[in-house]
Amino acid sequence: MSLWKVAWRSIQQRALVSLLTVISMALGVALVVAVLVVYGVVYQSFHRGGEGYDLIVGAKGGREQLVLNTVFYLSQPVGNIPYSLYEDVKEGSRFGADVETAIPVCMGHTYQGFRVVGTVPEMFTELKYRNNERYQFAKGRNFKADQPFEAVLGAAAASRTQLQIGEAVRNIAGGSHTDRAEFKVVGILAPTGTPVDHAVYVNMRGFQEIHHGAAAAEHAERADHDEGGKHDEKAKHDEHGDHDHGNEITAMLVCIYPDRANAGRTDVVARMVNDSRVAQAVVPARVIADMFEGVVGKLQWVLLGMAVVTVVEAGIGIMVSIYNSMSDRRHEIAVMRALGASRFTVMMVILMESILLALMGGAIGLLLGHGVIWACSPLIAEWTGVVVDMLQFQLMELVLIPGLVVLASAVGYLPAVAAYRTDVAKSLITTP
Amino acid sequence: MLLLKDVKKSFRQPDGTALPVLDIPEFRVAAGEQMVMVGRSGCGKTTLLHIIAGIGRPDSGKVRLDDWDLTLLPEAERDRFRAERIGYVFQTFNLLAGFTALENVLVAMRFARGRPDKARARNLLNRVGLSHRITHRPAQLSVGEQQRVAVARALANKPQLLLADEPTANVDAGHQQQILDLIRETCREENVALIMVTHSNDVAVQFPRMDHLEDINHVAVGAAIG
Ligand SMILES: Nc1ncnc2c1ncn2[C@@H]1O[C@H](COP(=O)(O)OP(=O)(O)OP(=O)(O)O)[C@@H](O)[C@H]1O
Ligand SMILES: [Mg+2]
Repeated sequence: MSLWKVAWRSIQQRALVSLLTVISMALGVALVVAVLVVYGVVYQSFHRGGEGYDLIVGAKGGREQLVLNTVFYLSQPVGNIPYSLYEDVKEGSRFGADVETAIPVCMGHTYQGFRVVGTVPEMFTELKYRNNERYQFAKGRNFKADQPFEAVLGAAAASRTQLQIGEAVRNIAGGSHTDRAEFKVVGILAPTGTPVDHAVYVNMRGFQEIHHGAAAAEHAERADHDEGGKHDEKAKHDEHGDHDHGNEITAMLVCIYPDRANAGRTDVVARMVNDSRVAQAVVPARVIADMFEGVVGKLQWVLLGMAVVTVVEAGIGIMVSIYNSMSDRRHEIAVMRALGASRFTVMMVILMESILLALMGGAIGLLLGHGVIWACSPLIAEWTGVVVDMLQFQLMELVLIPGLVVLASAVGYLPAVAAYRTDVAKSLITTP
Repeated sequence: MLLLKDVKKSFRQPDGTALPVLDIPEFRVAAGEQMVMVGRSGCGKTTLLHIIAGIGRPDSGKVRLDDWDLTLLPEAERDRFRAERIGYVFQTFNLLAGFTALENVLVAMRFARGRPDKARARNLLNRVGLSHRITHRPAQLSVGEQQRVAVARALANKPQLLLADEPTANVDAGHQQQILDLIRETCREENVALIMVTHSNDVAVQFPRMDHLEDINHVAVGAAIG
């Protein structure tokens, strides 16, 4: 009969109170697990987006906005850059000695909530995503450079819009203007777990063609409404960021030859672009890391702090429940002492009881936390593209178990000392 | 084997004055000897047993068991000494409520830091006639059965000395004799010295030696009441 069993027996004797303290500990631990896993998910989904190319070249302005716009397809489109800059940067050109690939992208409106992106077929042949993975087509094929009205759907966009191969994407220019052009879906990408899943890709040529037309139509509309006024329409259009110049793109995604990137050439190319005064070049991985640290990173510590407070609170619950029971068990402790248990032994029994309660709570909390995450994993996968597995433990969770033992020893200390101090002769006489 | 010399003990009363309870110039018990201790209620019998067991400390004097002076041992060693050499059947059984009959015996073995010997524990419970009750908890046992578990537990570590504080006070006459026989027989078999406190004349007369605490104790606490 080990001391652990002695401790376990006294937990059993106060089954209800023990159960309640275990539950409150489990909830606290589950919260910590949830915060850690969700943080991991957000971290991954955030960082993945910026992998696969080294630089984004886009209009001058906030670098965060450029990244949000071109990587995550979020926020309002930024301004445009001249197509001629693309010609200057692409491989083998003026700035392009170190450039392996440059892919132009044009951000359009949204189609059923998914960003429409005009680009070139090389987007899916030259670029890689995440860990050097190649884009795969789940259905159909890539769009062709010489077919201006072909489209390819990201995995999530395809499943949500229910569009099939051969069906048409209509009215992608948005707004009230007449937009009769149709893009025929020729391919659906396999899921990548990146923002690419959440976009509709069309041939840039077709894209520019309709936006040209749409802009012209809008022009006409506005002219109709502004009957008396002599507004400077050019200024108005710039303010709205419309793509009214055919020879513009939103941004380009640039890959530097790996060996040259390692030799620091990425920054050299970036500087050349920045010096050109028409555009800025940013390193997406760096911007994302900064944004993540700045916003989500701090939030994570706040959430984690709150979750840890819950765990500590549950620990104090254990202390209170054991301490409250001390008056009942003073007699029991005296009996153990009279049977020959040392002060140290009865103290250990109380500490072990505290540790057992905390660890049981911890174990249930881990299961609960991962269970909830697992139950939510289809949702998480749909929203972020990150597939969480039930057993996806975060490194920080390893700290949890020793942490709980330390916490349990700390909260068990007070009642353990009370046990240590029990006056045997006196407590033996008073029957409970 | 057991020798008490000039043992004095007084308690602090609620009004702050000292209440002398024991003043025993000399008290001896030989190895394997069986004796009863009688005396009025409140004359200090339980206090004396506590001092012999090292649960309470005398204010002065010596308590020797073989070559060991209990009053000189540090507390931790006294605890260990008690666990290994002294069995105690309490006036109020004091079984551990959360543990089964068997576990109550095993836990006593554990505290003596010996390897809990399941076979011996079962054997002891067998001998007190509880082989069919070993997984019962104290609350599921009759008072007489609880007392028998307490006897088995007191003998768990093969003590040299068994202290029994009115072990038969709470059971009927039939069980009283049964438990008494059980204790005496087991002590004889294992050569355990026995000091039994009792109020019952029927019990006392069966022992070869009967001490009145009032005779060996120079303080007369109980007398003031009587
Ligand atoms: N912790 C204590 N503090 C103060 N007085 C005490 C304490 N313990 C015992 N006493 C007193 O010491 C005296 C002896 O008590 P003890 O329990 O030894 O009597 P007893 O002979 O065992 O009586 P009984 O036969 O009723 O069990 C009593 O008068 C009691 O009131
Ligand atoms: Mg008594």
